[in-house]
Amino acid sequence: MKNDRRHFLKAAGVATIGLAATATAAEAGIADSALELVFGPKGAAPYADAKTATRWGMVVDTRKLNAESMEKLIEACNHAHNIPKLPLRKPHDKFNKDEIKWIWEEEFENAFPGQMNEKLPPKITQNEVLVLCNQCASPACVRVCPTKATFQRADGIVMMDFHRCIGCRFCMAACPYGSRSFNFKDPRKDGAIAETNPEFPTRMKGVVEKCNFCAERLAKGLDPACVEACEHGEMVFGDLNDPESEINKVLRNNYTIQRKPEAGTKPQVYYIV
Amino acid sequence: MYDSGKIITGLVIFVALFASPFILNVGGVAPAAPQPSLDTPAIKDMETPVCVRDNMQQNHMQVLDLWRDSVVRKANRTAPGINGQLYEMSLSNTCMDCHSNKAEFCDRCHTYAAVDPYCWDCHVEPPKEGTES
Ligand code: SF4
Ligand code: SF4
Ligand code: SF4
Repeated sequence: MKNDRRHFLKAAGVATIGLAATATAAEAGIADSALELVFGPKGAAPYADAKTATRWGMVVDTRKLNAESMEKLIEACNHAHNIPKLPLRKPHDKFNKDEIKWIWEEEFENAFPGQMNEKLPPKITQNEVLVLCNQCASPACVRVCPTKATFQRADGIVMMDFHRCIGCRFCMAACPYGSRSFNFKDPRKDGAIAETNPEFPTRMKGVVEKCNFCAERLAKGLDPACVEACEHGEMVFGDLNDPESEINKVLRNNYTIQRKPEAGTKPQVYYIV
Repeated sequence: MYDSGKIITGLVIFVALFASPFILNVGGVAPAAPQPSLDTPAIKDMETPVCVRDNMQQNHMQVLDLWRDSVVRKANRTAPGINGQLYEMSLSNTCMDCHSNKAEFCDRCHTYAAVDPYCWDCHVEPPKEGTES
């Protein structure tokens, strides 16, 4: 019968494909690989003692900082993240165009242009302020990044996937705080990194970088390197969504300002001046 | 046919040149595929030398890709190895802890296969044995 033969052939075909698929899948672990492709490595998990929060934030107490202590905190970050010290391009340049900075000192009037007025006490306006990426709640850099190399984690940290950055520098144009630096030169050349920290990668030429709130240290249960280097609580780090956290206590008891709140990026680094 | 002599000579020369690599290699043998060296202090110290994952020689590119996305994007930094122990998913800090001989391990095959992965443009190589710490 014509019909029967057709059915038989169909069933035989399906059975062959099915058998072949199961056999190959079992042999090569394809099923496992497919699952891993979708859900990530089997059994992947954070470290048991990782620090977690729903909204990381920071308070910088500029009253407690001076040139010397700021230098120390910057050094801690630079060492932890293999940040190169590149020389001026020409000896008399006013700015170091090759400079890479995650945390740095900024004049008060440049850090807080909106809050500046001539009659502010000089003890406030003459001091330099310690500034870093604000880990904005509404980050301009993330919105413009065409490759999703810059993205925002659930805990608020604005992270970079250096593997994915194509160096288009849209994010640098978008960030209202100059928190991002571009590698015009290979940071490994000419001993620009005095002492390499093997735990953290360097970057390559053509990649943008910035402060990552020490995500790699939080993952291991450590405080950010700059916070750890503080001797007198100059910087307080913690969960802004936890009413009992130390950072919320500090915020409740002090008048704080943010950098350029008018830019609308909702910075999550607060300053006591 | 015009100029048939020239054309045929030309064709013969072309075919001879084009086929020369094959002709010259007749009877020859391909260079043996290199074996990455497992001769490092960390591996020698292991009681049962097993890697974190199976079939790494075939699959390490995909595995490293998965690890990268997991670590950077999801902050899931550890995963159990085939022996059940938890490992940090890190090229410089896990793989290279045992395979501290990049030149005899990574480079040997990569050179043979003429691939030039750019891992080491950013990830820090283990210090060469015999140089500083
Ligand atoms: S430079 Fe990199 S991080 Fe910045 S927008 Fe371009 S791809 Fe994204
Ligand atoms: S400070 Fe700049 S780089 Fe940092 S999150 Fe805000 S917009 Fe992005
Ligand atoms: S939080 Fe970490 S990455 Fe950011 S400035 Fe401090 S030390 Fe550097």
